[in-house]
Amino acid sequence: MMLDIKNLNIWYGGIHAVKGIHMNIEKGEIVTLIGANGAGKSSAIRAIAGLVKGYKGNIVYTRSGEAAVSLSGRPPEEMVKMGIALSPEGRRILPQLTVEENLRLGAYIRHDKAGVAEDIDYVYGLFPRLQERRRQKGGTLSGGEQQMLAVGRALMSRPDLLMLDEPSLGLAPILVSEVFSVIRELNRQGKTILLVEQNAFAALKIASKAYVLEVGSIVIEGTGEELLQDSRVKEAYLGG
Amino acid sequence: MKTAVRNAFLNLLILGALLGFLWWAPANLDNYKLRIINLIAINAILGLSLNLIYGMTGMFSLGHAGFMAVGAYVSSLLILTVEQKNTMWILEPIAPWLLHLQTPFVVSLVLAGLAAALVGWVIAWPVLRLGGDYLGIATLGFAEIIRILIVNLTPYTNGSLGLKGIPAHTDLWMTYGCFVVVLAFMVRLMKSNFGNVLRAVRDDEIAARTMGVDTFKVRVLAFTIGSFGAGMGGALMGNLITTIDPKMFTITQTYSVLMIVVVGGLGSITGTVIGSVLITVMLEWLRFVESPIRMGAFVVPGVPGMRMVLFSVLLIAVIIFRREGIMGTREFSWDWFFPKPAKTTQTKEARE
Repeated sequence: MMLDIKNLNIWYGGIHAVKGIHMNIEKGEIVTLIGANGAGKSSAIRAIAGLVKGYKGNIVYTRSGEAAVSLSGRPPEEMVKMGIALSPEGRRILPQLTVEENLRLGAYIRHDKAGVAEDIDYVYGLFPRLQERRRQKGGTLSGGEQQMLAVGRALMSRPDLLMLDEPSLGLAPILVSEVFSVIRELNRQGKTILLVEQNAFAALKIASKAYVLEVGSIVIEGTGEELLQDSRVKEAYLGG
Repeated sequence: MKTAVRNAFLNLLILGALLGFLWWAPANLDNYKLRIINLIAINAILGLSLNLIYGMTGMFSLGHAGFMAVGAYVSSLLILTVEQKNTMWILEPIAPWLLHLQTPFVVSLVLAGLAAALVGWVIAWPVLRLGGDYLGIATLGFAEIIRILIVNLTPYTNGSLGLKGIPAHTDLWMTYGCFVVVLAFMVRLMKSNFGNVLRAVRDDEIAARTMGVDTFKVRVLAFTIGSFGAGMGGALMGNLITTIDPKMFTITQTYSVLMIVVVGGLGSITGTVIGSVLITVMLEWLRFVESPIRMGAFVVPGVPGMRMVLFSVLLIAVIIFRREGIMGTREFSWDWFFPKPAKTTQTKEARE
């Protein structure tokens, strides 16, 4: 098991945002966490990335060929070094930097110049639009291009586990399918992916395992296909 | 590649012009003008170092005068002669180990920078946990602590009497030599990936952290490098004036440097250089408002400090009407002077 989340609890002040959830991710899977706004999806993924301080519960991470380690109390920069990358909600592209500079920043922890150059080309291969705009400032990109850049930037640290927080947010449907086909392609190439999404249909279609979060608790779990057929999921998230 | 050769050539041309000017100036300009030209270079060094801290990395620091003081004292103490030290310490005798400590001026400059960097590094650990205005107040406090230590550590600093008759080594070659080195360093730094890391830390801390940047360490590093520049600039300034005392390094000094950076544009190297020329020249030129002015039958009496009032008005105007300063975050580029073939090259690249 690559990631094992046990009894994760997160509070913001007096608000109990995540109420003791259990999740696990096997190597090579696409796991998706779906749910409405404010269900606690982002909090959970942010906790894994080290951006939430003082959560309760345990998150155990096992990198292939290494001993299992607990992630609690570690800062985000350490997570990146251990092979966990997050493409954060809202993309957080640096608007003043060019596309290529943003990608280079994603490789901050790496020092193999040749490998970084290779990976930049790899990202351009995944998203040819980014190559066309390589010298353009991040702030001048469209929402879809920024999302591509956010995913590409997260890939630049060569993560074992790629976490994507709402990659479809604010995108036109055609771009959603473009981004999702790249996610599927990345998975085919061996990346393990944790996907947090509001667009339940798109996410469930590519997920090998899915969790539904409602007001801080996991209410349904199963394979992507099972959940696509599930009447409760259909009613609440897939529009009947 | 072609533009790189062109730019290198043009940069050399500018450097050549600067060298020519430096060679021409001492024989043809009076001392007053030379001093202002020297001050421009020193203020540019100070401005660049503060810009690294405030403009590039987004740390609102008001401690620059403190680091300048450290640099000025370290450098001066290292170049004063033994006789000077013996006669100058009247209140208390000088610390014996300091009496015979001497280095060449250039070495003292580097040591001044290193000493200020060390102080900056030590201060950075507690204060950089703060952000925004709190950081400004904390750094201001530390600068004041440094100043008060200098006043009271008489065996080492001669207290409030200051140091006088510092052997003058600062000429145009020295100040502009240092300026060119600092400028080249800053340009290289901000073009490198580390420069982008600094901008990321400034603009979006969460984005930076999710990319594996230890933002605190990066801040400490930038603050330390900036302190080095402040120390070196302070040493040059002390040596130019040949007299230093603790009163030179109050908040007013920080404020002038801050004005250079803000007027030029936070985050712009070009802006800081323009700002240092503008502010240094204006600070001198505006001295006329402090002497009596006759307008027909009216005689306006000269008020000392009046130019600082005018300057405050100027700064307020800049902040109201042009917040981003002269340059914003833009940088000078030779491309400004040449028609752009950029469109065709871009599509060519895309096609490849």
